[in-house]
Formats: sequence, C-alpha cells, structure tokens
Amino acid sequence: MANPLATLGDSATFIPAAPARRRLPAWATAVIAIVAVFGVLTITSILDDQPLLTSSGIMSNTITFALPIMLVGLGGIWSERSGSINIGLEGMMILGTWGAAWGGYNWGPVGALVTGAVFGALGGLVHALATVTFGVNHIVSGVAINLLGAGIARYLSTLIFEPITKNARDSPQIPRFDSFQLLPQGMSDSLQQLERDQSPVLSNLAGVVRGFLGEISPLLIISVLLLVGSYFVLWRSPFGLRLRSCGENPVAAESLGINVYRYKYIAITISGAFAGLGGAVLVLGAKVAAYTEGQTGGRGFIGLAAMIFGNWRPGGMLAGAGLFGYADGLQLGGTSEAVHALLYGAAIAAGLAAVWQLYRRKVRTAVLLAMVAIAVYALYYVTDELPEELVSYTPHIVTLIVLAFAAQRLRPPAANGVPYRRGEGD
Amino acid sequence: MIAKLISSLRAPVLAVAAALLLCSLALIISDANPISAFGAMIGQVNENTSAVDILNSTAIYMIAAIAAAIGFHMNLLNIGIEGQYRIGAVVAVIVGSAISLPGVLHWLVVLLVAMLAGAAWAALPAFLKVTRGVHEVLSTIMMNSIAAGLAAYLINPDVFGRLVGSSKSTEELPESAWVSGLDLGDRGEIFGLVLLAAAVAVGYWFMMGRTRFGFELKASGESPTAALAGGISSTRMIVIAMLMSGAVAGLIAMPEILGRDHVFTQNFTLGYGFAGIGIALIGRNHPVGIVFGSLLWAFLEKSKLALDDVHVPREIATIMQGTIVLAVVIAYEIVKRMDRAAEQRSVGRRAAAAELVSADAEAAGEK
Amino acid sequence: MDATTGDVPGDEPADVPAVRLAGITKRFPGVVANQDVELTVRLGEVHALCGENGAGKSTLMKILYGMQPPDRGTIEVGGQLVRFRSPSDAIRAGIGMVHQHFMLADNLTVQENVVLGAERLHGIGRRARARISELAAATGLTVDPSTLVEQLGVADRQRVEILKVLYRGARIIILDEPTAVLVPQEVDELFDTLRSMRAEGYTFLFISHKLDEVRAIADTVTVIRRGTTVGSVNPKEVTSRQLAEMMVGSELPSPETRLSTVTENEVLRVQGLRLDSADGRTLLRHLDLSVHAGEIVGIAGVEGNGQTELVETIMGMRKASAGEVFLGERNLTKASTLARREAGIGYIPEDRTRHGLLLTQPLWVNRILGHQTREPSFRGALLNIAGARSDTRRIVNEFDVRTPSIDVAASSLSGGNQQKLVIGRELSGDPVLLIAAHPTRGVDVGAQAAIWDQIKDARANGLAVLLVSADLDELIGLSDTIKVMFSGRFVADADPANVTPEDLGSAMTGATAKDAETDEEGLPVVEHDQAGGES
Repeated sequence: MANPLATLGDSATFIPAAPARRRLPAWATAVIAIVAVFGVLTITSILDDQPLLTSSGIMSNTITFALPIMLVGLGGIWSERSGSINIGLEGMMILGTWGAAWGGYNWGPVGALVTGAVFGALGGLVHALATVTFGVNHIVSGVAINLLGAGIARYLSTLIFEPITKNARDSPQIPRFDSFQLLPQGMSDSLQQLERDQSPVLSNLAGVVRGFLGEISPLLIISVLLLVGSYFVLWRSPFGLRLRSCGENPVAAESLGINVYRYKYIAITISGAFAGLGGAVLVLGAKVAAYTEGQTGGRGFIGLAAMIFGNWRPGGMLAGAGLFGYADGLQLGGTSEAVHALLYGAAIAAGLAAVWQLYRRKVRTAVLLAMVAIAVYALYYVTDELPEELVSYTPHIVTLIVLAFAAQRLRPPAANGVPYRRGEGD
Repeated sequence: MIAKLISSLRAPVLAVAAALLLCSLALIISDANPISAFGAMIGQVNENTSAVDILNSTAIYMIAAIAAAIGFHMNLLNIGIEGQYRIGAVVAVIVGSAISLPGVLHWLVVLLVAMLAGAAWAALPAFLKVTRGVHEVLSTIMMNSIAAGLAAYLINPDVFGRLVGSSKSTEELPESAWVSGLDLGDRGEIFGLVLLAAAVAVGYWFMMGRTRFGFELKASGESPTAALAGGISSTRMIVIAMLMSGAVAGLIAMPEILGRDHVFTQNFTLGYGFAGIGIALIGRNHPVGIVFGSLLWAFLEKSKLALDDVHVPREIATIMQGTIVLAVVIAYEIVKRMDRAAEQRSVGRRAAAAELVSADAEAAGEK
Repeated sequence: MDATTGDVPGDEPADVPAVRLAGITKRFPGVVANQDVELTVRLGEVHALCGENGAGKSTLMKILYGMQPPDRGTIEVGGQLVRFRSPSDAIRAGIGMVHQHFMLADNLTVQENVVLGAERLHGIGRRARARISELAAATGLTVDPSTLVEQLGVADRQRVEILKVLYRGARIIILDEPTAVLVPQEVDELFDTLRSMRAEGYTFLFISHKLDEVRAIADTVTVIRRGTTVGSVNPKEVTSRQLAEMMVGSELPSPETRLSTVTENEVLRVQGLRLDSADGRTLLRHLDLSVHAGEIVGIAGVEGNGQTELVETIMGMRKASAGEVFLGERNLTKASTLARREAGIGYIPEDRTRHGLLLTQPLWVNRILGHQTREPSFRGALLNIAGARSDTRRIVNEFDVRTPSIDVAASSLSGGNQQKLVIGRELSGDPVLLIAAHPTRGVDVGAQAAIWDQIKDARANGLAVLLVSADLDELIGLSDTIKVMFSGRFVADADPANVTPEDLGSAMTGATAKDAETDEEGLPVVEHDQAGGES
C-alpha cells in the first residue's frame, strides 16, 4: 500500500547517498525479538502477579488464534508481492470458513482444509478478474468481494446448513484433526508442576514451553510448512523471482518477456486459497468446530496488518501474527485483569524502546516513546480493569497501535496497487 | 446534453442487467423461479408501508453514500463510516437526553453533536494517515470494531445507559428533540429528516461543482503531485476530507433515531456504511447517481422480506447488491477505455488534418 | 532491394547485414508513427538513428525488439526473415535493448535483475553469479552482484542494463538515448566500452538526438523524420548542422537573441538557500540567486544535481532548511505554494503530466489549476466556470493549442499542445516571475519555436524568467546569464554571448580551470578558450 503522500521523490542522483547502515542477519533479529518479548511478559507477570500472561493455556491459545491470521497474512504477501493489493482477504476467508464446514461435514478434516482453500481461491479468482483483466481499482474490488463473500456464505448457509441445523447462522459440527503430544508425558507433567509453583522466570518459561510444544496439531505443522515453503518459492525460485518482479517493476518484467498478467492471476488466486485455508483453520480450531456467521470478525484485515508489520516478508509477518494471536488468546482465555496487565507490559516495552532510541541518538523519538510509556502506565495505574466490552476488541486496538508505530520503515513492493496494462510501458 | 446523459447511463444499465442475469442463474441453481422472485420483489412496493419505507431508506442511504463519496474524491476509502455513524448516534443521543432546549434548537444541537462525534471518530485514522502513512482502510476497519465495543460500553447501565427489560439502551430523548414526519396513516410515516438528506445532497452537489474547495478536493484526489504544484496541500485535503466524511457519516442514524426510535439500543441497525460505499461506487460519486443508486439499494433491501414469502433465500438480494457493485465498476472501466480511445482517435484525426493543411501551406508557400 | 528477400545464396558473410528493416509501417489511432522505413545495419558497426522527438525512432525500435508488431514491412536478422511476437523472440534472435528509462527493479539485487526472465540459462544461484562476473568485466561494472539496484548510480545502472542484454546472448544491441542521463565523463567511458565491444564483434544501434556525440562514436547515421527515413550518411562527411537540418527538414529555429531587456528591478532574490533531505543528505547548499525584470537567468547542469529541488523549493513545494526567498519586497520563505502563485509566480514544471495537468480532466478544468483563487476562474467566493471556459478558449487561440474543443481530456492532446496549454495558463494572470523547467522537453520543433517566442515576448514585457534546461542550445540562446549547478551548489557563471555547449558541458561536471577569472560573486566564469586546460 504505497504511501500516497510520498509525492516528491529525490531526483538528486549525483549527490552522494548516506552510507548504508549495517543490518543484523535475520536470525539474530529474530532471537533478540523473542528474548525481548519473553522478557517483557515475564517481568510484567512477576511484578503484576499475573501468571496467566505466560501460562501454557494462553500460549496454546496464541497458536490457535495466530494460525488463521498467519495464513491470511501469507495470502496477503503472495498477492501484494505480485503488485496486487488484496483487501478482499476477509471475504475470501469467510468463503473459506463456509467451504471448510461443508467439506468437513462431508469429507472430514482434510476435506475441510481442501474445500476451504478452494472456496477462497475462487474468491481470489474473481478479484484477479476484476483487477488484472478489467483494471478495476484494487481496493474497490476488494471491498466488493468482502460484501459478496459475506452474502454468498449467508446464502449458501440458508440453502445447505439450515435444513440440517435449523439455523441459518450455524453449520453442523465437523470432525477435527487429532493433535498429538510432542513432549513425553513425564516431561509435560513436570513442566505443569513447575508452572504451578509460580517461581519467577522458571514458571514463565515452563508455561511457554508447555504451551507451544505440548500439543501439536497437524494444522500447526501444515501452516509452518506452508510458511517456509512460501519463503523458498518466493525468494529462492525462478517462479518467485518473476512473481516479485511483477510487483516491483511490471514494465521491466514485461520487457523481459514475462507475462505479468499470468503471474498476477496465479498470485491472487493462491492468495485467496491461503485466506480460505485461514478460514478453514479458524473453523477447525474453534471451540465448536463449525461455521458460524461472523466468525472471521475482521481477521482478514488483521492478517493484512500482520503482513505490513512484517514488511511484506514471511518472518516478520509471523511475528505480527503471533502478536495479534496472543492478544486474541489473552482476551478470550484470560481474565480482564490479565488484559489490564498488558498495559503495564506496554509501558515497560515503550520505556525500553525509548532507551534504545536514545542509544541510537534519536532524541525526539525517545522522548515521544517515554511520554507514551508514562501515559500508558498512568492509565494502568488509574484503572483497575478495562471495560469488558472493549476487552474483546484488544486485538483490534493492538493492531491500530502496531500500524501507527510500524509504518515508517516500511518497504512495500514498489509497484503495489499500481494499475498495470500490457504495452503501456515506455 | 441528452447524448451525454445516455452515455453516462450506459455503464450502470449494463451492470444492472449483468447482475440480474447472474442472480437469475443463482436462483435457478437453487431451484427457485427467478421470474416469481423478481415479480414478488417488484410487487411488494405497493403493499403496506413498503413505498414509504423505501423512501425513508433512500434518504438514509444517500447520506451514507455522500459520506463515502467525499472520501472517494480524495482517494480515501473511508470504510469507517460504520463506526462513525454508530459513535455519532450513541454520543448524540446521550448528550441529547442530558440537556434540555426548546424544540427546534434541541434537535439541531443533537444533529450537530452527531456530526462532531462522527468527525472525531474519523480524526484518528486521518491523523495516522498524514503523519505515519497508515492506510485508512486498515485503520478505519479497526476503528469500526472498537466503536462497537465503545458503544456497548457507553450504554452499560453503569455508565450512561439503562436497562429496558433485558436489553441495554440509552435514556430516551425528550420530546423537544423529536422530529415529526409526514404521517400517511396505513402507508407509514415519512421521516422529517428526509429533508435533511435532500439538503445534504444539494449541499454536496454545490460544494463539488461550484466551490474552490470542491475543485481542490477533486484535483488532489486525481493527482496529488499536480495539485501540490497548483498550490493545494494534499495533507490538508486528506484531513479535511476525512473529517467531513466522518461528520456526514455521523448523521446517518439521525433520521431513524430522531424520527422514530428516540433511543440508541443494542439492536442498532448495521450495514449502512458498507451500503453507502457501494452506492457511491455505483453512482460514481455524482449526486444524481447517488440518488438513483440509493433508490435501487433501498428497493433491494426492502425486497428481502418479499423474497421470504416466496421461499427464496433473502440473501439473493444481498448477492445482487454485491454483484451490482462489482459489475458497475467493471463496466465503468470498460466504458472509460472505450471513450478514451475514441477521444484520442478524434484528436489524432484533427491533428493529422491540421498537419496536412500546414504541410500543404509549407509546400505551396515559402520554404 | 526486394523487401521480401530471405537468405541470398552466394553472399559473403560480411555482406549480410546484421539487421535490415524494409518498408516498415506502423499506425496508431490517429497517428502514423512509421511510414515505409528502410534501415540497414552492418555487422560489427555502431549505427546511429537520429530524429526529433516524435519522429518515430522509439516506435521503430519497439518493433525491432518485438514489443510492437509492424503493420507492414519486413525484418531481417543476419539475412534471415523474422517475425517477432514478443521481446522473447527478439532476444532469441540475438537482439537486446537497453531502454532509455531503465527497466530495473530497485528493490531487487543486480543479480536478480539480470537473471529475471532468463532463469533457464544459468539458473538463479551460483552459476548465474559466475556468468555475471565474467560478463561484468566487459561492461566495466565493478559492484557486487548482490547489491540492491537502488544503491547504484546512473552510470552503473546503465551497465547493469547492458549486462542484462549480454547475459541473454545478444550480439546486436539497441541503445535508446543512452547518454541522456550521463555526465560527459561517463559518456566517454560508455563510448570506450562500445568501441571495445565493437572490436569483439558486437553490433550497436544507437538512438540519439545529441548530434555531437553521434558524430563521435557512430560509423553510420540514419536520419528519421516524421516517421520515414530521410537518409543514411557517414558522420565523418557531414557537420552537426547538416544532420540537424536533415532531422528537421528546414532551417533550424534558433533561440538566439541579442537585444538586452534586463532592468535594475530585482524580482527574485534567493539568499543562502539550503535544503536537506529526510535522510540527512544536503540537496542544496548555500545558494544565492538574483533575477531581474526583463532578464532570463538560465541554470545549466546535468540532471540530478539539485535543479529540480531548487525549483520546487522556490515554488514552496519543498520546505527550505535555511535561507530566504524574496519576490520583490515580499519575503516568501514561509509562504505556501498557493500564496507564492498568488504573489505572481508562474510555474512550468519539468514533468507536465505529473505536476502540470490533471490528465483526465477537460482543458477548461486544467485552466483553473493553480489559479483557483483568482480571476477569471474565481470570483467572489465561488468558481467562475464561465470565466474559466472563455479564458481557456482565449489561450487555445493565442497559444495555438491544437484541439477539437476545450472539453476534451488533457491526456488526449499531444505533448507539445499540452505544454502550450500549460504555458498559456502560466503566462495568464500577469506573473512577475516565470519559472520554466525544461519548457520544451518532449515538444516537437514547431511548438518549440513558438514557446521560445512566447517566453521572449514575455521577457520583453518585463517578465523575470528562471530557466532550467538540459538543452544547452536553448539555454545559451535564451538566457541573459547562465549559472552552472553541480552537486547542489552554483559552481560557475557563464556569458551566453561567448560560451559554447562544450564549455558548459565540462563546467557541468564540476571541472573548472584553476586560473579562471572570477566574477562579483566569486564564482569562476566559464570562458571559451579554456578548452585545453581542463582536468
């Protein structure tokens, strides 16, 4: 989503550029980030006496909620890397939830995944038709597909589910995958004991380990494989290079004999398939494995936010999905005091960020962050708990905050959202 | 003039026809009779309060569409209209029931508060866009969700609300804030604030066509770079457009609340925001297009009940709405390309002819 | 020469031309881009194709490269008749094209850009990298293939483009205006590269309208005018002037003017202007500038040295980091763009499609742009549509804008007519200062002469003009005084009465003789007989 305010570029090519800063390798950044997040959460849980923040239940919730967001985010990456903004992911996800319920009802959990993906892909195909062949504004088409997706899902529900459940809003329950235990029973039990002991840091660690590694669902494995696979396809294969070039400079790609239209079609359809898959995972992971109207609750958009947060790369997007998944998991599985404690954690995080910016000599940003830290802490101090009506929207609030702060260092694909027509190059 | 009218109608007519075709197909697939379905939809207009309901809804949709259109002119997709009108409504009713003023002044103040609240809810996305480059689609969608939570919180009996039976609601607006309508007995009551919608439409048309602001808005939306060179600051335009869009959005629920319900409850009507966006797209942001689009949309909404009677899933109407929007934007693209090619041909012909003339003159006269 | 001849048995290999285009015709709606074009390129030569803007060179090359099919005519490569349906076919036939506007993806690395579309040749990993390193030497490219293209300067980007073409096995290379963005030093390096590659048997087809350069490097020159070939000549046997006249078909219009209309009245004064970019680079350094009524001050410089930024800062589109801008007595440093326009500044932007026009809007709406608070487009508190329309008609007449009506969209007009409309608009409203950035870029010769006349007339009536141009003839012909800009500062002054394009060209690289005279501002003056002493 190109910044429309960037109207005046720099034509100054002869004036020497600022020296490039050395960047850490990706794995190092990831390790630092994980340690930092764990650190903040642990400190908060200790100081505020909220063991829930790192409990195994919440951690396992995090995965359950992060997976659909991650898959949608992956869909967003596929689409936008090819230059097509896909706002319609929510609609495609809705189609996916419906398809998954229908497929799961008829053919079991595998059927759910496949049918969900297919339904989402169909939505993607419509978006591709509108934007690539007809040149419709990407965002307008996306909004229309969101409307259509919701309408079609409701329509098909009354047609197919209502006779069964007597309720147009819900589908019959579908069978799930069996998850399996990764940790041997003895280890799992001792971790659980450690967690209950409430000893600082160790209990937190135990909670996190047990939550993430305790019960592994095939959904997690499939999603991770898709994530890693997407990285390799997009960044390490000729197909992926060509696809990315369509999003960076489609005219250049065309001049090199690449059929930009074809790659966009493929990318957008795959993007829809991922969104549909996200819907399927949402259904299979829900408390009651079934389609419910309004199930997606804006996760299609949160997935886009995760993609932006991740700078259009799978690794960063995963971090974003984890963040939003955690917020979602906490508000659903925790208490409102726990969510309230997040304010405390946010204040700490802002404070640490302020110190870091000071170290990088960006005084103004540091002062701003310090002010934010103080304000958030004040809010935390003054209130006992957050209103429960607002707590259910924690992920959305978190998304907004993340968008506000992450927006600056972004580098979307250069030709993202730019209408492209063959032959109109120079 | 007539020719121009016909040519600008080409696209929407084509689109509606295409949508009709697609929906007939969907109906046939689901074992229903398209003809009886459409027949029922058209027939119900004359029954009971249908006609008046359609008129009332049209007015509300017009306000929503104009809110969306103002944003569209500046290339802003204000998806947040849903949240803005919800906040506008709840704040306006809470404030309105807390103050007391003589008749006309009271509901005028309520309207004003609704506009301010709607604008305030649009302010954060506007600010984030111009300072941090956050795309307004994402931020306004988040704001919509948060609005739902905030409104629910505000009508909590512990805060500003009260319990009516088992559902939560605001206090009722005193009668001085009510706006009476035109009572047609059996046929229903036309909301008094239908006139508000008309006023907004006229104001919108005037602003876009005749004022400097309207010009600057359109220029900025089409080419921020050219506008910048022409002395128009796109940052300023973005903020003003978003705030204005939010302000108009705040008014959306007012006809229903001031004219009929007099309270804001949990069962608040949703969906006007997205409808407004769709209608603005269908009507190309043009005041006349918006009026007709609103009429069409209201008709489709009302017909859902009629479809129930013939045992056709009412979602067909929703799908029709979505399909029409998509079909219209596609049709507009096609028509635009055809027109541009034709225009270039005509200019090219003229230029070629002029070249021939001057080449002849060159040959005939001095070298 | 039979246009349909294929392989002719018995020809010596050296006689078979690398490329032969015969009878090529191509039409677009309302325009005949190419008519019966004949072009023969010998193997192992550097062949230049010259013509005015809009003469049809680009279309011809697009046809040769397979981006457009010809309506009529044949293409032969190495004696074989070929038909190209896409650039891939042309690439397979050994033809490569280096576009004028580089086709590079900034966010991808050099290696990724080079292998894109040709992944089957050497993969996208180690083998590709090895092959790239081999070929890079031939082009003079020394950067690491994993560098992001956005970090490369213009000359290196061009080398990457040439590398792309070599990587795909091209032996016939088309270069579209390759020197347009290069400093003279880089042009020399490019020509050296071309000569050494020519010695290895590569064939070059070189599009340019810079006649001096063409004569320096080309073995044969073919001139195109109005879509047809005028003729092919040996550049060593003709002068630049003769070539130019072949291109234009008549006496060259000359912007020369000798009558001075400069007054003492200072209209624009810029003092100590400084502009820093967001990432810390200094784009403009301590600039002082003065333009008087009746004077044209020309700014010479290779693109990318700050001219665009200077113009945009004076217009208020960018905020100066330090320094002041005065229009007459008024300090405009903090004023908005609109206020500066209202104070009497007219602006002809260098890119009219991005900064000058609303392309989908009719001409009369474009008349209002920039003037939406003044007569005749604005009266009282509202727009005056009737006033805007009638004034647009006046401009169309006075400035000879060729259009069927004032209701057509601006995008339908040709470049020259669009520019005439913009100039007509900016000269209306009685400006006291006109900022003209590349006013005749992309404009055909007839319109160019008309535009020069309009600027000269306005100057005679007391208008102050700040002229930025890459066309040195235009600069020398129109200006009363010239300032040379390099790397964000003024580095030399020149007197148009006795300076040549070559002198200006070397000053534009930042090189000035150490013993040059300095003028009142302390800047060295570029003198004509410094030709020998440059470093």
